[in-house]
Amino acid sequence: MKKLMIFELLFLILFGLAQACAPSPGAPSSSPTPAPPVSASLPSTAAPSAASVPTTFLTPAPTESPKEVIKDVILSTTTSTQDSGLLDLLIPVFEKQTGYRVKTIAVGSGQAIAMGQRGEADVLLVHSPAAELQFMTTGAGINRRLVMHNDFIIIGPSSDPAGIKGESSAARALEKIFQAKAVFLSRGDESGTHALEKSLWKNASLDTSSQSWYQQSGQGMGATLNIASEKGAYTISDRATFLSSSRNIGLQILVEGDKSLLNIYHVIQIDPAKFPRVNGAGGKAFADFMVSPEAQDLIGKFGVEKYGQPLFFPDAGKPE
Amino acid sequence: MDLIWQGMLEAFRLLIKGDREVIGIMLLSLEVSGAATLLSLLLGIPVGAFLALSNFSGRKLILGMVNTGMGMPPVVAGLLVSILLWRSGPLGFFRLLYTPSAMVIAQFSLAFPIVAGFTMAGIGQINPRLRMQIVALGASRWQMLLLLLREARLPLMAAVMAGFGAVISEVGASMMVGGNIKDQTRVLTTATVMETGKGNFSLAIALSIILLALVFAVNLTLTYIQQKRRPA
Repeated sequence: MKKLMIFELLFLILFGLAQACAPSPGAPSSSPTPAPPVSASLPSTAAPSAASVPTTFLTPAPTESPKEVIKDVILSTTTSTQDSGLLDLLIPVFEKQTGYRVKTIAVGSGQAIAMGQRGEADVLLVHSPAAELQFMTTGAGINRRLVMHNDFIIIGPSSDPAGIKGESSAARALEKIFQAKAVFLSRGDESGTHALEKSLWKNASLDTSSQSWYQQSGQGMGATLNIASEKGAYTISDRATFLSSSRNIGLQILVEGDKSLLNIYHVIQIDPAKFPRVNGAGGKAFADFMVSPEAQDLIGKFGVEKYGQPLFFPDAGKPE
Repeated sequence: MDLIWQGMLEAFRLLIKGDREVIGIMLLSLEVSGAATLLSLLLGIPVGAFLALSNFSGRKLILGMVNTGMGMPPVVAGLLVSILLWRSGPLGFFRLLYTPSAMVIAQFSLAFPIVAGFTMAGIGQINPRLRMQIVALGASRWQMLLLLLREARLPLMAAVMAGFGAVISEVGASMMVGGNIKDQTRVLTTATVMETGKGNFSLAIALSIILLALVFAVNLTLTYIQQKRRPA
């Protein structure tokens, strides 16, 4: 008897939770789950203490829109666009212009593309051209467009144990690091930066797989810079993330300007025809915004005031 | 060391100035973890009481599962909830991933076994002769349950504190199912991870200090309630 009652109670609460959590179509609210009323089965001593703390913070959602379209756009992007602060500049402009609400998931380009592959994102902003082209052949993405570029840099401690400072060729710099067995910190997370780094080693015909000096952080660019700084290790970073955190770290730019260090960002919409739950209109609106003259202008000016140089160079409409 | 000092100053500055973003992050942390704790109490206390008082085959197996759940790694909970809530997952039509609701669900799955486990232990340690006495005095099943829960109120309050402490301080699940989205799902722990990644160490320390102060304030309140009602 009691067993049944408890299972009923369980079911009711779970059902209530699902009901409370489900956003009404078109108006996904940001409110946390409104908790069901305190059950009568609670002991009188525990009830007031349990209820009094959280309920005062259960404020209702501030904004709800009556419109029928899906307002949330899931943007899957690389850590560099978030860590550099570029998205903090662009997204409010986009949201104000269109009324969409962007959910930025900042992960490595590898994971971002994997999310696109499953239809878990609506639009991608990524910088891993080879992986992107591979992704486009699967048919999950549509309308891949060039947005901007900057460049990668090889950075390391000022003591520069491998003596690569001023080297004009990235491949030769890596060769010197390889020969000196100087500590090199790889992202190791299948991000765009990691993909580029792997291709550099490969093109230089160097095999790092069983080298003890070759270490992997498995984390985002910002975190990897911190670790490299602590270890006095060499690493490869995009210029934007390095500049935006360089006041805090003890690394300096040693190699830059090689053609093979170009870092190119594309925006890719996820095909709503392939994944019915993808917000196709929202993804397209964001992609269109990224290549619009207004956003391109903001991208070109971003960081100039703070760092004395632009962190990204707008490229929309240019040939690849 | 001066970083910690800077962080403390930064924390005070943010709180006194009433920095809108930080206050928002703080409130969201409290809302999400508070809701998750509340839900886990609603479910965990009945389940814990049932497990403590009943006797059926397979009970030990379930006890073992609850006890394992008390040490559930947040990333595992986060991954499982993510897979359930994916658009391509079984609950995808709710469109819950990357919302505070998703974080409540993930944190609930962490707090529930803790609350159930503490309740189980709390009621289990009550002298069984008390149960017989209550029944002998003519109490109904529900009356007995209420009396037993009242008897176990000290461990029950400990359950509240342990559950809340576990969920407000976890980062793995919140990061995975919430996505650390600015103004939407960014809580104190995920913001700390992000600011550390950005190299803003003093801000990261400030956020940590705010988190610690918050947990301390909540636990102090709960402790006062717990001790006030302490049986003489």
